[in-house]
Order: sequence, then C-alpha cells, then structure tokens
Amino acid sequence: MSQQKTTEAETNRSSLAGASGAQIFEQTLRSEGVDIIFGYPGGAVLPIFDVLYSSSIKFVRSRHEQGAAHMADGYARSTGKVGVALATSGPGATNLVTGLATANMDSVPMVAFTGQVKSFLIGNDAFQEADITGVTRPITKHNALVTTADELGRVVKEAFHIARTGRPGPVVVDIAVDSTLAKCQGEPDLVPRLPGYKPRTRGHMRQIKRAADAINAAQRPVLYVGGGVVIANASEELRAISDKGRLPVTTTLLGLGAFDESNPLALQMLGMHGSATANYAVQDSDCLIAIGARFDDRVTGDLPSFAPKATIIHIDVDPTSISKNVNVDIPVVGDAKDVLARMLDYIKPVDRSGWLEQIAKWKKDYPFTYDRKSGNLKPQQVIEAIGEMTDHDAIVATGVGQHQMWTAQFYGWRRPRQMLTSGGLGTMGYGCPAAIGGQFGNPGKTVIDIDGDGSFSMTMGEVITAVQYDQPVKFVVLDNNYLGMVRQWQEMFYGRRYSSVGHQCPDYKAIAEGFGAKGMSISDPSEVKDAIAEMLAHEGPVVLSCKVEEEENVFPFVTPGKSLGEVDLGKLI
Amino acid sequence: MRHVITTQVENKPGVLAHVAGMFAARGFNIDSLVVGRTEDPARSRMTIVVEGDDRVLEQVRKQLGKLIPVVKIRDFQAVDYVERDLMIVRVHVPPERRTEVISLVDVFRGRVVDVANKSVLVEIAGPENKLEAFTDLVRPYGIVELARTGVIAMARGRQPSGSPQQED
Repeated sequence: MSQQKTTEAETNRSSLAGASGAQIFEQTLRSEGVDIIFGYPGGAVLPIFDVLYSSSIKFVRSRHEQGAAHMADGYARSTGKVGVALATSGPGATNLVTGLATANMDSVPMVAFTGQVKSFLIGNDAFQEADITGVTRPITKHNALVTTADELGRVVKEAFHIARTGRPGPVVVDIAVDSTLAKCQGEPDLVPRLPGYKPRTRGHMRQIKRAADAINAAQRPVLYVGGGVVIANASEELRAISDKGRLPVTTTLLGLGAFDESNPLALQMLGMHGSATANYAVQDSDCLIAIGARFDDRVTGDLPSFAPKATIIHIDVDPTSISKNVNVDIPVVGDAKDVLARMLDYIKPVDRSGWLEQIAKWKKDYPFTYDRKSGNLKPQQVIEAIGEMTDHDAIVATGVGQHQMWTAQFYGWRRPRQMLTSGGLGTMGYGCPAAIGGQFGNPGKTVIDIDGDGSFSMTMGEVITAVQYDQPVKFVVLDNNYLGMVRQWQEMFYGRRYSSVGHQCPDYKAIAEGFGAKGMSISDPSEVKDAIAEMLAHEGPVVLSCKVEEEENVFPFVTPGKSLGEVDLGKLI
Repeated sequence: MRHVITTQVENKPGVLAHVAGMFAARGFNIDSLVVGRTEDPARSRMTIVVEGDDRVLEQVRKQLGKLIPVVKIRDFQAVDYVERDLMIVRVHVPPERRTEVISLVDVFRGRVVDVANKSVLVEIAGPENKLEAFTDLVRPYGIVELARTGVIAMARGRQPSGSPQQED
C-alpha cells in the first residue's frame, strides 16, 4: 500500500518539475480536495484563469468580489470544508476585505487568493496594486506573499493547513503574477514549514477530570455552547454529555443547531435577544460550562454581573479566548470533540429535578412570542411558517438585523451547519451570497436566505449569479421599508428620531424577474403558507418579498448596560 | 508592572509589522520593542518590554503565541536574567566642565565617543535603571539629544533552585 502511495507521490511531484506557477497552483488546490472556487477574474490572475479553463475545478464568477468571499464563507460553514476565493490585484483584492473580516470574526476556514503585480513592481504604485497583505494582516488568521514559482506550492499547502486547523480562520495568499508565469526550477518542495504553529487539540486529562467533578457536584449546571462545537463537529458528543448528565443546553447565535432545539433540555439562544429562559438559567446557575464560545458582549450583558453564582469552566481550542473577558475557574484548552468525548465517562447522571422543573417552568412562561392576533403580516409569522414547512431541516442564511434575530428565535434549529449568519462582525449583505455558497456545497438541499430589505439590497446582485449557475436558492426578503434594528434603537433610545433609516423599497418581485429569477410578493397573513409552498416547489431561484409590519420590535431585549437577568420582555408577557 | 518578554520569530519580511500591528490592535502598552538577528539565520529575536499587571502579561503571551511567525516565547518573570539597553546621548558641556562630566561617565563605565566645542557624545550600556540614573545625573548639564536601542535580555546560565524555566 505504501509502495503504491510513494509511486503516486513521485508521479505527482515529478509532474510538477518545470511546471508553471499557475499549474502548480491548480494541482496543489486539487490535492487539497478543492472542487470549487468563487471569484472574479482580472489582469493579475490571467495565467491562473488560463489553467482553470481546462481544470476539473468548478469556477463560480460572482458579481462582486465581496459576494465571492461570502459565497466561499457560506460554502465553508455549511460543509465544513475550506472555502476558496480568488480575486485579482488592487480593487479585486480590497473588495474581499469585508468578507475576510467576516470570516475572521466567526473562525471560518477560508483561503483567499489574490493576484499581485509583478514582483519587481511591488511598492511602486503600479496599476491595480494594493498592499493586501498589509491591509488584511489584522483581519486574517495569516497571510503570505508569493514571488517565486518554487515556493508557491508550499505556501498554498501551508495556507490550507492554517485555515482548517486549530481555531480555523481566513488566510490570504497574495500571488505576484510573474510567479504564476515562471517555471519551477526542478521539483517544488511542498512540505509545509510552520515552526511557530502547533495548535493544541488534545485536552489535558487532569483538567477534563476537574471539569467533570465540578459538573457532577453542581446543583444548577448550564452548558453554554458556541460556534466552536459546530466547527469541531462535536454535536453528537454534546448530546451524549447532555443526555447522560441531564444537563440543560443554551447556544449562542453561532452555536444554533449544535443542539436540537426540540430536546426538552434545550434553552435556545441566550444573550441580548436570546430567550429569557436561557438568560435566567445562566444568571441562576452555579456551574457554567462554556464550550467553543467566547463570552462575547452580545451574550454576557453587563460583564461584572454576568453569571454571578457560577463556577466557570471554559473548553476552547484557542487559549487567547480563555480568561480574556471573564475569569475562568477551570480552563480546558483543546478541541471540543476530543474533550467532550473523553469527558463523557466521568459525567455522572445526577438527580437535579428541582433545577429541571424550574427550567421547564421558565420555558412555559417565557417562550419566544409575538402578537399573533394583529391581522398584520408579521415577520416572525413568515419565519415560523418557513421553519415548519421545511421540517426545520433547511440551510438558512441571514443578513444582519432584526430579521436575523427573529430567524435565530423562530426557525427551530435541529442540526449543525444549518445556520449561516455573520455573528461577530455583523455584516449586512452576507445572506444572499452566503446562501448561494451554501447551495453549491449542498446540491439538492433546500437553501433559504431569510433577509431584510436593507441587507438584501446591499448584495442582491448576486441573485444574477444564482440564476446564471442554476442554483435554486430561495431569497425571502422581509420588507419593512426600514433598517429595522437601527430604527428600533432609535425608537427606544433616541426618542423616535428616525435618522436616515427609512426608505421606499423597490419592487423586489420585478427586480427578481429582471434578474431571471421567479419573483413573488405578499402582504397579508393569509397568503403566507401558499406563497412559501409555491416558493419551495419552484425548481429555480425565487425572490419572495414579504411586506411586513413596519415598526415591529425584537424582544426579549437585554438593553446595553443591563445585566443578563434584566430581560425586557416587551409588552406581550 | 514592567515585564520583559523575548520571542524567537521567523526571519521573514512583514513579521515585525505583524507583531507591532497585533500590539497596537489589542491596545497593549509597549515600552520598547527590539528586533535583530540571532545565531540562526532563519530566526530573529524580538524583545518586548510591556507595562501591565499579570492579567495583561498573560494576554500578551497568548496573543503572541497565536501569531504564526512567532516560534518561541519566554518571559522573565521568575527567572534570573541579564538585561541590556544601549544609549548614545549628547550632553551639553562647556569646556571648563568637561572633566567632571567625563568622570561621571567613567563611574558609569560608559565611554565618551565624541568631543565637540560645547558638547560630548556619551555611549553607555546596561540595564534600564543604570541608564536612567545616568540620564538623571547629566540632565542638569543639558541633554541635547538622546537615543536608546531598547532592551535585549537573556536568561542567566544558573537558575535559582525551584524556579520554573518557562519555554513555549
């Protein structure tokens, strides 16, 4: 077997000797398992595009490089594979910046290749030159500039290794165009050389046991689960521990789907717009177990008064997250899947019926809710209906704002890698292209973008991309003529001074039809079910515009400065 | 509190910018940052002096560790070490007071490397407190110009028994 492997490796390597940088690029990508690239051509990447012309790797051309970056991101989140984007130098590269920052904040494995001017012109203010490695240094996990064909293969392999291991993140590889034309001298060295990069994935057994002991001794434990559990593919291990120890689970926005929300132990999302149940449970808990989460300010509310009674256990692959915001009593550095699997044996089924009864009571008293009797079309109603009619099994992308929060609250999450949303950076316009990336990664699955009219109009040009490549993504635009979340804050904190948040929405149905997609529009609650059924049954991309209640507010709301337990429930409860 | 940290980083373009950028972005208070060659051509040594409490030091260590070009980190908290900073200072000295300044320089084992009509150029090396003591003593004469390299540091060979050797 190994004899065969060696021969294969030799064949591959010998076929690269004397190859051009562009050919090495394409072959290295294929050896990394890449079968799709999202991007946009340009002068500095012509040699690469020439090789891609006859490559088995699929290339998806977006309308804007930001769209390509978000597509690669949505592809990565929904499949677990590394998303790949390719743009030209100068403006092509700088157009990726928002997408890279988005991926960086949410730890998404992504490699973005940017063309660069000829190596001897760098620093000369050449045409379409940009110091992209300088610009993206603070918003990427790592980046590198390639100026020779000989190093190209190795740098590409290093980029993929960095992107997908430890705490994943976006990596930029800036490739000077002359290196893609040059021929490699002899055989390229493809072995990654990263002496400073040794991510620790295996948790320390002593810490794992300490954590398990603390959990077993706790009277009111809560598992606080973040995106790290999804990234680590650890939702099975999570369910096993929750089952065995009878441990209630709350998730962050990025952790949605890591735990099946139909499980009675599910508290749903916590934090600023999370469920009162989850927030009360955290504030009352005596043992808070954070797994793959980072105590973000949207979750904790006022930090000094966060989880005041709890011993805090923090399981995370990134040591910089531990004790950054909140003092951690028992840190466990390691991969969530590894740590949870090894902790299971030490977790004891403890009778905490009092605590579980309290939680059941909170769940009954404080469900997510809205005024179902108003007679107006409510955004929450649309989202609930989509959840039911897709069996809570679709892949759902969102933009940022009120619609994003309502989707988190009302869709009903069952499995990981369903929810594609910009959590850390909060990038409006993420939803439309991310959904397209998700569809490419999951052919045959239902993929829906639940978007706001503000967010959608930022990147809606990518619907053209969906049409061009026959991707049957469903774009649901919750159209309220406002930048909803900003308007809500202006209503609640700025005396209803609606500064620059209102607009007259265009006719999204007509726009969709102009783009070549199916366009639909509803404005009455009675139309919801039929419209969604028609949308889901259509075999191509659809834009469904829903004219919803204009001044609806997101509740619950832990307003800025308040502690997590001071939940404003709005007027309904 | 003042902490001295040395790191071994890959000797590649952009690494200094990367480390400096991280410190700026995270808002750490840097007293000095020195980078230079080592016995290994593939490695540079970066020595950083940081102000802050233990919590800050812990975050600095972790954030440095996260940077891919950073290969090793060592802080000198519980370790016996040698620290050196090199200073060149132009002291204003009228000819009739030159000898007293020169004897001050001798006491500090520094050297006068240039003599002009109304000033002398003094080179002096040592730990930070020595340089600061000298600067305070010559300040009354008038400091025209002052340049410091920043601190480099290295652990002593023999460690006090029981003290941990921190290596990453």
